[in-house]
This record gives sequence, C-alpha cells and structure tokens, in this order.
Amino acid sequence: MSLLSQSLWVLLLGSLLGLELIGKVPPTLHTPLMSGANAISGITVLASLTLIQHAGSNTALLVLGALSLGFALYNVIGGFLVTDRMLAMFRRKGDSR
Amino acid sequence: MTFSMDVFTGAIDLAAVLLLALGIKGLSKVRSARGANGLAAVAMGLAVVGLLIEIRPDPIAWLWIAAGSAAGGLAGLVTARRVPMTAMPETVALFNGCGGMASLLVAVGVALFDAGDADIVALVSIAVSVFVGAITFSGSIVAMAKLQGWLDTPGWTQSRLRHGVNISLAVLCLVAALLLPGDPGGLPLWLLVGGSTLLGIGVTLPIGGADMPVVISLLNSYSGVAAAAAGFVVGSQLLIVAGAMVGAAGLILTQVMCTAMNRSLVSVLFGGALGASAGAVGGGGSEAGYTRITSCSAEECAMALEQAERVVFVPGYGLAVAQAQHSLRELAKLLEAHGVEVSYAIHPVAGRMPGHMNVLLAEADVPYEQLLEMDLVNPEFPRTDVVIVLGANDVVNPQAKNDPTSPLYGMPVLEVDQARQVFVVKRSLGAGYAGINNALFEMPQTAMVFGDAKAVLNGLLSELRSLGVGKAKVAA
Repeated sequence: MSLLSQSLWVLLLGSLLGLELIGKVPPTLHTPLMSGANAISGITVLASLTLIQHAGSNTALLVLGALSLGFALYNVIGGFLVTDRMLAMFRRKGDSR
Repeated sequence: MTFSMDVFTGAIDLAAVLLLALGIKGLSKVRSARGANGLAAVAMGLAVVGLLIEIRPDPIAWLWIAAGSAAGGLAGLVTARRVPMTAMPETVALFNGCGGMASLLVAVGVALFDAGDADIVALVSIAVSVFVGAITFSGSIVAMAKLQGWLDTPGWTQSRLRHGVNISLAVLCLVAALLLPGDPGGLPLWLLVGGSTLLGIGVTLPIGGADMPVVISLLNSYSGVAAAAAGFVVGSQLLIVAGAMVGAAGLILTQVMCTAMNRSLVSVLFGGALGASAGAVGGGGSEAGYTRITSCSAEECAMALEQAERVVFVPGYGLAVAQAQHSLRELAKLLEAHGVEVSYAIHPVAGRMPGHMNVLLAEADVPYEQLLEMDLVNPEFPRTDVVIVLGANDVVNPQAKNDPTSPLYGMPVLEVDQARQVFVVKRSLGAGYAGINNALFEMPQTAMVFGDAKAVLNGLLSELRSLGVGKAKVAA
C-alpha cells in the first residue's frame, strides 16, 4: 500500500471514529467539552516539531518552527489547564471541597 | 532506524491515539470528564515523546524546541490560571486561533524552504493547511474580539454585499491554491495566506455575538482539519488521525451547540446577526416601550421568599458580570436551611455559550444536580411560588411563545410566567441581547427589583436574616 493511500485510510477511519465519539452530551459539559476538544486540536505541535527537525541550519525555518510550536503549545497547555480548572469545580451535593 | 525502534515508537503512537479517543469520549460524561481531560493531556504528551524519540533532534533543534515550548507553555499556563470564568468563550476562541496559526506557520515554512522534494500530495496539503489554518486563525480572533466587546457588528456586513465579497475571496483562494504547486514559495502562497485570512474575517464578522459559540465550535473543527492537513504536509499518520478525529468530533459538537441554541448552522453562517436591525431601533436602553411596570423593594421580595415553599432562580449573564454567584449561593443556602426547596433554571444559552452558566455556578459551589435544564424545569413552574430572574432577559420572554410578530418567536424559553410570583432583578429597563421589550416585566405577577444583582442579593440576605430566617433552625 502506498503512503498516500495509507494516509487516506487513516484520515477516513479517524474521521469515522471522531463522528462516533461524541454522542449525547449533558448541557453542563458543553463548555468544558468545547474547551477540551480545542486543546486536543493543538496536536499540531507534532508538525511544528517535525518542521524544526527538518530545518537543519536554516535559521528562518527554525524561527518559523519555534513560533509555530509556541502557538500550538499555547493552545494545548492553556486548553487542558483551563478545562481542568472548570471540571475541578463541578461537584455533587455533599461533596467536600 | 532499527526495526525494534520502529515498533517501539509505533506502539507509543497507537497508545496515544487510543488514549485520545478515550479522552474525547470520557469528556462527554460528568463523572469521567476531569479524568478524561487528563487522559487526553497524557496522550498528547506521549505523542510528543514518541515523536522526539523517533526524530532525535540535534542540539540546535533542541534549543529552538525549548525556546518555543517555554514561551508557548508559560503563556498558556498564565492564561489558564488568570482568566476569569466569565471570559471563557473568548479564551477558547483565542486558544483555537493559535492552533490554526500553528498549522498555518508549518505549511508556510515547508512551502518557503522545504518544498524542493515535495510531491503533489504534500503541495496540495500545504494549500489546504494554509487555507484552513488562516481561516481558523482570523475567524477565531474576530470571534474573540466580538465576545470581548472590542468589535461590533458593522452595519455594512449585514447587506447582501458581504456574500459577493466572500465569494470573490473564496475564488481568489481557489485560484491561488491551484497555482501554488507550480511555485510553492512564490506569489500564490502569499495570495492564499492573504485571501484566506480575509475570508476568515469576512465570514465571521457578520455573525452576531449571540451565535459566536457555534462559530467557535465550527472553527475548532476546522483547526482539527488544519492539523490533519499539516499531518499530510509533514507525513505524520498520528497527526492525520488525531486531526481527523478532532475535526469530525468538532462537527458533531457544532451540531450539539446548534441544537442547544435552537439555531441551524446555515442560518448562523449566512443569516447575519440575530435581531441586529431590531437592536438598532430599540437599542440604547430605551425605556419608552413599558407602561405597566411594578417595582418593589428588597424587603417585599424577602417577605415573599420567606413564605415560599418552592423557589427557582433564573441566572443570566448579568449575574456573572456582577460577580454575584457567591451571594446567590449564600441566599440559596439560607433558604434551604429554612426548609425552602431551591433550584436553578438554566437556559441552554444562559451565559454566553452553552454550558457557560453551569461553569459559573459551579465556581460558586452550587451542586450540579440543582441546575435544572429547560425541559425539566418548565413543567415545574406552575407549582413554583417564587421565581427570581437575575440578569436574564430574552430567555424568559413569553413573547417567544405567544407573539408571532416577535423576533424571538419560536425560541425555546423558560416559562417563568407560569409561576405564582416573579421578581426580576435588573439594573434598568434596558433591552436584552435581541434588543426588544420583554412582556414578562408588565405581567401582573411580576415585580421589578431595580439594582445591581450583587447588591440586591446581599440586601435580600440581610432582610431575610432580620426576619429571623435561618436562625430559627439553629435555635430549634
């Protein structure tokens, strides 16, 4: 199987999986779910890292890669932490702090 | 690379995908949500570690990786810690825009400096990644600016002209994308970057602030697509699968948001701002429309509460702006100690994005079982003694049910007019988000308590305490 067709299969199956993952979401979780899903979309860090690795001694490319890594990590770290901050506040009646 | 190393990094990638999927799934259940968020974070960490093991960066690369990570990570940490819960919608928009920017930068970098041995698949992927990344970035930033109140909806964006402008921009992007493989680092790239950025602004700007959650959710899906496209650019299967997963899940989430807000995606994207024209006519807090307003003091309101058996609070964004959630929680506790049955009616769009009010009340330690969804609470209003509306307006407007000429007609609302007594706590008679008068305010069972939500709630607390509420139980 060529790399392209393999990648297209991965794309297809990943999309189908994503469609199945979110079913009925209780309204309480709408905001945290959006923020959590948003953090995961920062997975682009992987592309940024690969770009830096490819850069060799090309400084412009290194700068672009580092910038991109910074933006992606801002999305990832900020997203996961703020989601955790929200979810940590949800408690049932009688739960202690 | 040795065979065993390949298997090792492959196994890490697989584990990362599995954990990511479990994480997304777990995020949609209250009990598992926090753990699931952690799981997804671990998955992300695994994916990064697996990639670093695979590519073995040289010392120079490490230096730049450290610099980028430190800057982005620290900024993320500070933002996540500092941002107030009321600002959650714009924060998600900002984070999302940065994710789009990252994909855009990767694609531009490869196009400019690394396209020598790129095949047609990589070149097409670059075009897609630039296009989606730039739209995600500029669209999210516009969404953030509108939610922050830095940007209004300009009048000209409500004319049909905007469709012409956006279609022209889309055509420009398409032409640039088609030309890009022939000259990866040249003019077509910059045309595509500029065209997509403007297109992102052009499609987001006409959409009203109230519809922004749907836009953010859709843009979040786009950033998944941008990540998957970046995966094709750099040849990472893990990135493709994760990006596709987030992109598809984001589409479902967008659908969920639309359903929660009772809007269709098409009307959000192409219908212009809801009530923008009505707002222009009746805006500016005009009080001319009301004739039969009854207002009352905190004392009268407290007496009604003291005698009630069942009280429902209807919190709106105004409550959060006044930072009155904690006072509300205290009042609810006092009433509960007095034997009153207390619950909170949460409209799907209470706050500024679906689920936002739940977060804001959770911050004030309100147990989430007391937050009742609209479908559950509406049948309960006829047997409710006192309803207190705090900083909510359009979502309790009975005209949405019984006035076909109202711009709100058809929107599901909380039927508080069914309750025996309604108190509306409000600073003035200014119009709500949709810019129209509220028939509830003039109904015979309604009384307005004018003032800042926090001040009124604190007033109610001291009135109730002076009536001896709460003390009796302690003595007994």
